[in-house]
Amino acid sequence: MAIDPKKHEMPVQEPSVRAHNFSEVALGYSEETARAEAARCLNCKNRPCVEGCPVNIRIPDFIALVKTGDFEGAYDVITEASSLPAICGRVCPQETQCESKCTLGIRFEPVGIGRLERYVADRHNEQAAEKKTPAEPNGHKVAVIGSGPSGLTCAGALAKKGYKVTVFEALHKAGGVLVYGIPEFRLPKAIVAKEIEGLQELGVTIATNVIIGRTLTVDELFEEEGFEAVFIGSGAGLPSFMHIPGESLKGVYSANEFLTRSNLMKAYEDLPDTPIMKGGKVVVVGGGNVAMDAARTALRLGAEKVAIVYRRSMEELPARREEVEHAEEEGIEFDLLMNPVEILGYQDPEDPRNEKNGFVTAIRCIRMELGEPDERGRRRPVEIPGSEFTMEADTVIMAIGTTPNPLIRNTTEGIVFNRRGGIETDEWGRSSRPGVFAGGDAVTGAATVISAMGAGKKAAEAIDRYLMGEDIE
Amino acid sequence: MYRILKKRSLNPTVTEMWIEAPLVARKAKAGQFIILRVDGDGERIPLTVAETRPEDGAVRIIFQIVGATTFKLNEKHEGEYLADFAGPLGEATKLDGLHKVIVAGGGVGSAIALPVARALKEAGAEVVSVIGFRSKDLLILEDEFRAVSDRLIITTDDGSYGLHGNVTAPIKELLEKETFDRIITIGPLIMMKFVVAAAKPFGVPVTVSMNPVMIDGTGMCGGCRLTLHEEDGPVVRFACVDGPDFDGYKVDFDEAMSRNRMYMPFERRAYEETCNLFRKEA
Repeated sequence: MAIDPKKHEMPVQEPSVRAHNFSEVALGYSEETARAEAARCLNCKNRPCVEGCPVNIRIPDFIALVKTGDFEGAYDVITEASSLPAICGRVCPQETQCESKCTLGIRFEPVGIGRLERYVADRHNEQAAEKKTPAEPNGHKVAVIGSGPSGLTCAGALAKKGYKVTVFEALHKAGGVLVYGIPEFRLPKAIVAKEIEGLQELGVTIATNVIIGRTLTVDELFEEEGFEAVFIGSGAGLPSFMHIPGESLKGVYSANEFLTRSNLMKAYEDLPDTPIMKGGKVVVVGGGNVAMDAARTALRLGAEKVAIVYRRSMEELPARREEVEHAEEEGIEFDLLMNPVEILGYQDPEDPRNEKNGFVTAIRCIRMELGEPDERGRRRPVEIPGSEFTMEADTVIMAIGTTPNPLIRNTTEGIVFNRRGGIETDEWGRSSRPGVFAGGDAVTGAATVISAMGAGKKAAEAIDRYLMGEDIE
Repeated sequence: MYRILKKRSLNPTVTEMWIEAPLVARKAKAGQFIILRVDGDGERIPLTVAETRPEDGAVRIIFQIVGATTFKLNEKHEGEYLADFAGPLGEATKLDGLHKVIVAGGGVGSAIALPVARALKEAGAEVVSVIGFRSKDLLILEDEFRAVSDRLIITTDDGSYGLHGNVTAPIKELLEKETFDRIITIGPLIMMKFVVAAAKPFGVPVTVSMNPVMIDGTGMCGGCRLTLHEEDGPVVRFACVDGPDFDGYKVDFDEAMSRNRMYMPFERRAYEETCNLFRKEA
């Protein structure tokens, strides 16, 4: 039987329909499609996909089980390595990880590994699974700071070994970036809620409204609360701005604020308690997944036009490929090779009390060209002198990254931070202070869900060995 | 869930509550704030801590009914619960090395100025409190201020109590006669702006307490950003993690006032709808 050169297509909501709702875009494979897609795997000897996976899931083995219809077996293989498969199947950038290494991909499209992972996880979750039972307690207490992907993973791995784990979350709801950052249409919140329920069944305590560094300090966790180890997964933190004129005008948001208002505070509802600017012309600055999420959220909130402004070209755009394609299909405009230099606002020359004063009206950009490669090998964008022009805008969303949150840095002794404010750790997530471990964006700066998850898992292993008095190497 | 231990109306639009939140009560210092949500779908609003009783696990908040959320908060009774109450957030007001201070509060901002005055008094400083209100019936906390101040000056815009006018005139008068280490002022942006302007000719340092729009309050959303004019140019700071206290001479008040009005039409509508809803239920 000849191999199908293309991946089986992912059924999706029609672009014209989904542009007006917050339901999930990708609908998932059917059993038949999943098994047919699994049959495309060559089951090659050198298994390069496993190397491409940040947590080294035994990909060909789970795919082989999908092919034979043993979906629970496939689920077990995935969860040996990954604790959040329904999430990673949706949000991993497979095209730069596992699928980029796929042998089939040399001649054809690679196997749809992410889609298969999602199918297996969703199928498992749909079945009325038995309640998880907590492991036999081993008498040790561990604190996890932050309930995002690294914290949840670390907590889950430790709970399974019998540790009494408390996850401290600053916000009123657990899930971190999975709930405040990634929108419903890309990652339904019910999936995140299910993962968190699963952890609670394992005996993990989730303490919301506790800001470590304020409500309690790391030292108090050790000295007063009796924790023997602490994992810091506090995430990326403060949004970056460009420091151009007009960034404090009304209608300029950080992507974090815009997405939090919509995702966490449900500002998309008809009569929300939390406001958000809806409609009009929206410009999103940046080219990552967060920029795509913000742009597509703005569209769904009723924008008449949404444009992404990115200073490099499509080739360098760092967002997950599928999200870029979905955004294009939905009618998001990509204004590439340009960079904002100023945001302009309204000012009534006659009436200083006019309510429209101080709101964004336009954004001024300069065109860019690609010059020499920088230290990471990406061609550096260079301004083309005299090429400035003005685009109309009612809302401008800055999605250009974040810098680590200062709260723990400012209130904790004995932890070494790097130049960018991230926590220094070794490959096991050990910080410079004994008993304090860290992972995810708090260490690396803005990165992916899967790498944060991998770090949480590795740190859980390190914490276990540390508390059991075993050598790490 | 966080229980409302006590509720009392201070004037027709200002209410005081004691909330059971032991972790916050243990930690909060003068100048810090909390973020609360009234109910499960509610908005997150920041309120400054007015007082704590760590031994009872209680935190005192004083708020003015200005919008939908504070309206709903005011509808809650003793024994009922708030969905969320997180803190303390922000940096505490820096009081070290201050020996003689003017504490200037305006309107409900006086409730926030009170713990600062109290902390200064406890630290042995000489405290002159100047608090201003629109009229006598809006005056709050007079006795408590008197108890923690060496001198208390009250002003009302309409002259119905104390000095006629706003707080800047008596502040100027004080500065003309005496030397103060610092002015700490908390109140409406426009009032703080004028206090800064009044203090400038005397070169006395002014601390202002900023209350911008916030969501998380932990340094994640950036909604509370404001501009400080430093010597080498403007810098962006976040009120939630860098503040809420800032050097009054550096804050861009006009920008802050403009940003605070961003959602005004929405807030007006939400307030009216909420009032109507409660009226129908009543």
